[in-house]
Amino acid sequence: MIATQPDAGGHFGPYGGRYVPEVLMSPLEELQRTYEEAKLDPEFHKELDHLLHTYAGRPTPLYYAKRLSQRLGGAKIYIKREDLLHTGAHKINNCLGQALLAIRMGKKRIIAETGAGQHGVATATVCALFGLDCTVYMGEEDMRRQSPNVFRMRLLGAKVVPVTSGSRTLKDAISEAMRDWVTNIEGTYYLLGSALGAHPYPAMVRDFHRVIGLEARAQILEAEGRLPDTVIACVGGGSNAIGIFHPFIADEGVGLVGVEAGGRSMELGQHAVRFAGGLPGVLQGTRSYLLQDEDGQIALTHSVSAGLDYASVGPEHALLHDIGRAEYTSCDDTHAIEAAVTLSREEGIIPALESAHAIAETIRRAPEHPGKIFIVNLSGRGDKDINIYRENLPELDRL
Amino acid sequence: MSRITQLFERLKAEGRTGMIAYLTAGDPSPDATPGLVAALERGGADLIELGVPFSDPIADGPVIQLAGDRAIKAGTTLKRVLQMAAEIRKTSQIPLLLFTYLNPALRYGFERLAADAMAAGIDGCLLTDVSVEEAGDYVSVMRAAGLDTVFLAAPTSTEARLALVAKYSSGFVYLVSRTGITGEQTSLSSSAMPLVERMRKHTSLPLAMGFGISTPAHVAELNGKVDAVVVGSAVVRQIERDPAGTEAFMRSLTEPLKGDIS
Repeated sequence: MIATQPDAGGHFGPYGGRYVPEVLMSPLEELQRTYEEAKLDPEFHKELDHLLHTYAGRPTPLYYAKRLSQRLGGAKIYIKREDLLHTGAHKINNCLGQALLAIRMGKKRIIAETGAGQHGVATATVCALFGLDCTVYMGEEDMRRQSPNVFRMRLLGAKVVPVTSGSRTLKDAISEAMRDWVTNIEGTYYLLGSALGAHPYPAMVRDFHRVIGLEARAQILEAEGRLPDTVIACVGGGSNAIGIFHPFIADEGVGLVGVEAGGRSMELGQHAVRFAGGLPGVLQGTRSYLLQDEDGQIALTHSVSAGLDYASVGPEHALLHDIGRAEYTSCDDTHAIEAAVTLSREEGIIPALESAHAIAETIRRAPEHPGKIFIVNLSGRGDKDINIYRENLPELDRL
Repeated sequence: MSRITQLFERLKAEGRTGMIAYLTAGDPSPDATPGLVAALERGGADLIELGVPFSDPIADGPVIQLAGDRAIKAGTTLKRVLQMAAEIRKTSQIPLLLFTYLNPALRYGFERLAADAMAAGIDGCLLTDVSVEEAGDYVSVMRAAGLDTVFLAAPTSTEARLALVAKYSSGFVYLVSRTGITGEQTSLSSSAMPLVERMRKHTSLPLAMGFGISTPAHVAELNGKVDAVVVGSAVVRQIERDPAGTEAFMRSLTEPLKGDIS
C-alpha cells in the first residue's frame, strides 16, 4: 500500500517539505492548523459541498467520447468534463476551499499567482463572491498570451499586477506573490493555485481537487461496472492530475499517466519536461524535480500553454514518479494543437491548451489498447486560448 | 575558535556594536568583488556577507534581485564566489559568511561545498530558504567541516521556533527586523526591539539585526542594542550607482557605532 498522505512535515518520501524564509514559517503553521481543523469540521464540508454543487456546477459529467473512440479504433475514451465548471476549469474547486479557509482565518485580502490565468480568474471569482480584496500576480509574457483572462480578472474586480522579472511567466509570478505575502502577512491570505509550494499547500490543494477523481471513479463504475485501465491528465504544477489520480492510487490495476509540456524541443529552456530534463532540487518552498543548470540556477522553460510552463512540479508527483505508481510522458506544442483540433471536430469540445496535452497522449495511446477504458481529465475549456489557436491555425481565417 | 566568534568576542571586549555588510558577489563583475570587499573593510565593516546570486530569490527585494541578475549574467557561480573568497583571504582576515539559497548549495553538494568553502577561507553559511525543520543534514555537514551555520529569526517566529533557531545557529543569530523582503525603509519597525528581547531568552549567541537598515540614523537607533547591524540593499545600491564611493558610504554608516568606544 502506497502512503497517500505526507508526513507531519509535509514530505512525500524525499520530496515536499517546507523551504521558506523564517518569516513565513509561522504563517504556514497557522494555515496548516486552520486546515486541519476545517478538515474535521462537518460544517466546513457542508458549506464547501453546497458551493461546489450550486455555484461551481459539480458534479461534472463523465462523457463517453464515442466518435473519437471509434475513429481511433482502440480504447473506450471517457472525458471528465472539468471544462464545464464555472470559470471554465478545475481551478475553482481549490479556490472555493481556500477562500473558506481565508474567511475562517479572518483574512480580508487575497493574493494569488497565475500562469494561464485560469487560477487568477477563479481566485478573482471567489473574491467577488465573498467580498474579499483580490490581487493577482501574472508574468508579463503570460498577460500578453492570455489577455482574455486578464480582462476577466479585472472585470471581476481584481487587481492584476504584471511581473517583469525572470522569464515573466508562472515561476516569477509565484516569487512575486511570495514577496507580497512576506511583506503583508497580517491580513493577507496567499491562495496558491497548484499542488506546489511549501507544506501544507501540496496536500491541501490536492485534497480540494480530489473531488474530480472521486466523482470519476463513481461515474465509471456506474457506466461500465468496472474501473478504468488508464487515467490521463496534463501536469504543470499538477493540481488537476493529482486531483483525478489520488482516489485511484490504491487501485493497483489503474494506470496513471501524467503529460508534461514538451514545448519546442528537448533542449533545456525549450520545454517543461521536469521528469526527463530535471533533477531533484528546491524551488519556491518545496523539494521536487526541477529544471536547472549545472550551477543550480533555475532554467527557463517554454510551452505554448502558459499553465504547463513551469520549471518544477508538485512534490507528490515526484514521489509517484520515483516509485513507479504513475508514468510521466510529454507532448510537444505541435501535437497539443493538433489534438485540440481533433477534439473540437470529433466531439465538439474545444479544450484548453493545457488539457490538449492530455488529449494528445490519449489519441496516441488509444489505438494500441482495444477493449481498454481510458479516462482523460479535460481540465479546462479553450476559450482563453482562442488567440493562440488562431496564430497557430492561420488557414482557418482564410476560409 | 571561528573568525566569526573571535570577531564578536573582540566587539564585546571593545564595547562596540559591529557592522556587517552584504554585497552580491559578482556584481558588477566577479573581478570587482575582492576590491569592493576591501573597500567595505576600510570603511569599517567587521564581517562580510558574500551573496551568491540565485535566479529566483524569493526573500529579496528588487535591488538585490537585479544585482543577482547582473552577477549571473557576468558569469558568477557558487564555484566562482569561492574563488573570490580565496582571493579576498590573501590580504584580509575579515570574517566571510556565504549567503544564498538552498538550490545552488544542493546542486554543488553539501560535502563538497563544506570542504571547498573551508579551503577558500569562508567562515560560515546562511541559506535563507532552509527552515530549521529541514536543516539537519546541512548543519551537521557544515559544522563537521568547521563552518558556522547562521539562521534567521523573524518577528513572526513563535517561542518554539526561536528555541530551534538558537539550537541550529552558531557564530551568531540573524534577526530580521520586520516582516518583508530585503530592502531599504524609512524607519525601523516596531517589531525589531521586542524580537531582540525574545531571542536573548533563548541564546547567548551574538545577535545581529538586518533587513531595511539603510541610513546612519537606523544604525544609530540600533547601536548598543544588538551585537551587530547588517546593511544589505543600501550597500548593493551604492555599488550599483557609484562603486568608487563604497568605502565612504560604508564609513558614513559605521560612524554612529564609534561613539560607543569609551
